[in-house]
Amino acid sequence: MILNNKKLFSTQIEVTADDFAPASNREKNELVTMGENTSFWKDAWRRLKQNKIAMVSLVIIILILLFAIVGPYLSPYSYSQQIRGDENLTPCFKHPFGTDNLGRDLLVRTMIGARISLLIGIGAALLVLVIGSIYGAISGLLGGTADAVMMRIVEVIYSLPDMLVIILLSIVLNDPLTAAFDSGKALGGLQVLGPGIIAMFIVYALLYWVGMARIVRGQVLQLKEMEYVNAARALGSNNARLIKKHLLPNCVGQLVVTTMLQIPSAIFTEAYLSFLGIGVNKPLASLGSLASDALNGISSYPYRLLFPAITISIIILAFNLFGDGLRDALDPKMK
Amino acid sequence: MAKYMIKRIVAAIFTVFIAATITFFLMKLVPGSPFTSEKTNEIAEAALNEKYGLDKPIYVQYQKYIGQLLKGDLGISYKLRKNVSVARIIEDSFPISAKLGGFAILFAMAFGIPLGCIAALRRNKWQDNVIRVMSTAGIAIPGFVIATTSMLIFALSLKWLPTYGLDEPASYILPVFTLGFYPMCYIARLLRSSMLEAMGQDYIRTAKAKGMSDFVVTFKHAMRNSLIPVITYLGPLVAYTLTGGFVVEKVFNIPGLGRYFIKAIDARDYNIIMGTTIFLAALIIIMNLVCDILYKVVDPRINLNE
Repeated sequence: MILNNKKLFSTQIEVTADDFAPASNREKNELVTMGENTSFWKDAWRRLKQNKIAMVSLVIIILILLFAIVGPYLSPYSYSQQIRGDENLTPCFKHPFGTDNLGRDLLVRTMIGARISLLIGIGAALLVLVIGSIYGAISGLLGGTADAVMMRIVEVIYSLPDMLVIILLSIVLNDPLTAAFDSGKALGGLQVLGPGIIAMFIVYALLYWVGMARIVRGQVLQLKEMEYVNAARALGSNNARLIKKHLLPNCVGQLVVTTMLQIPSAIFTEAYLSFLGIGVNKPLASLGSLASDALNGISSYPYRLLFPAITISIIILAFNLFGDGLRDALDPKMK
Repeated sequence: MAKYMIKRIVAAIFTVFIAATITFFLMKLVPGSPFTSEKTNEIAEAALNEKYGLDKPIYVQYQKYIGQLLKGDLGISYKLRKNVSVARIIEDSFPISAKLGGFAILFAMAFGIPLGCIAALRRNKWQDNVIRVMSTAGIAIPGFVIATTSMLIFALSLKWLPTYGLDEPASYILPVFTLGFYPMCYIARLLRSSMLEAMGQDYIRTAKAKGMSDFVVTFKHAMRNSLIPVITYLGPLVAYTLTGGFVVEKVFNIPGLGRYFIKAIDARDYNIIMGTTIFLAALIIIMNLVCDILYKVVDPRINLNE
């Protein structure tokens, strides 16, 4: 395009044949003003990275995972090994966390304890996730009488005192579970954990999903009014497919956050139970049972209490703070 | 209002009933009778079973148990304190736990509310940061860690306070502090966020524009509305102090209901476990009910018919 210079005040524009040539690729690219596509996760990750507290917590969580999972393999001792002549040692070079009255290395026991705590936290959270999300989605999608009945059940479970039920159930299940372990290998690796922990998983599966169910139901109630649900129905998807393919994937943010915040609460519960003496089976250790054992010699061996106590506090704090950060990152509206 | 209250009370009674039923059938799941483990022969065991009515079919036992429960009879202890009624044991030991829990709740309120207030009023200043860090850490540290660490520091190292029992007033300090620490931090966090929300409301600006002093604006306008979430937390708080009390009573060797409960777990004294569970469950459910009703009374904005 060339402006006609000879006639300065003319608005006439001289158009040449070149102006009608197709645009080159380079030219086309220059016109594109849109940025790179950001996916839901990329966007959340970008927000999460700006949150210093959450990032520090993430690093701590990774370190703790390494400490708990890889740590025991690096230690020359095993958690149940009783080293003769090394009883009741204070922290020293050979045993950084000291030893207990049976000569067991407390560093490796703390590592195993952290591993058990994490296993329970993550296992219980996954149980809650599966049961709660399916229950909540079904309740929300069906609506009407089914929803009313299902939510009444949730209300009743919600008002039962959870700690008491856990204690009760772990006592009651102790004998039958021990018998089941002795008779067959049906439960496989779970045997090592002991009836207290299995009971805790059962209680989580029975009681703790209600919070998740409520959140998912609320979310599904909104989502099911959306057009794409209508479209999916018109294309012939049934309720099961609708929940699996359309509704649950759309509440993924809330699912991740609620699951994440469930982990510290499960670890908390396990520590509480083990401290009361109804947690893991001996000789296995959890952070709660280590602290409970340390209580007997607290005036002479305070460090025995200190290390497990610090470890569990750090674990719970890191998961809590990371969960909070994740919530802000995944759903800035939800606070 | 009356309709809502009746509905809630019926629901609460139903929940207590469910809790009692669950407890009963769970206890019946335990193989053998409470006397199996004792060194008795079969005849003696059968006689004992007959004496306590444990040989009857389960629905008869259930009927009898619920009937007794309605009369306030929780059965008798089989092992821990032989032939003493569970109701009696609760009567003896619960006041101690209740006193401890009551003090802990008072402590949590007395310190949590001012801390939350200060944090909200000094937002992003150092006071706020200190309180925020403390309360975040406070809700992440399990009760037994606080109990044992504070005992280690104040009772064993510094020897300022007694380590166990509740014989003198000074011995209340550590148990109450450890039991009340978590709820204190929780209340501080809760109040901070609700207070910040309240301070951003239009009516606060109006009050300020009308020339009210900061004191009146804070305590008369903002505080009253931001205390509502704290009231809703009262129900869970009671549940927490009762179950959290188990740990504190274990650490400080306090002869409360929690201590009995733990002992009964060790001794497998099922009647005590069952009686205590039902008692505490009923208490917690009733407290939740009271809180819910109180919440609706305090906040007229909430629609009762929903």
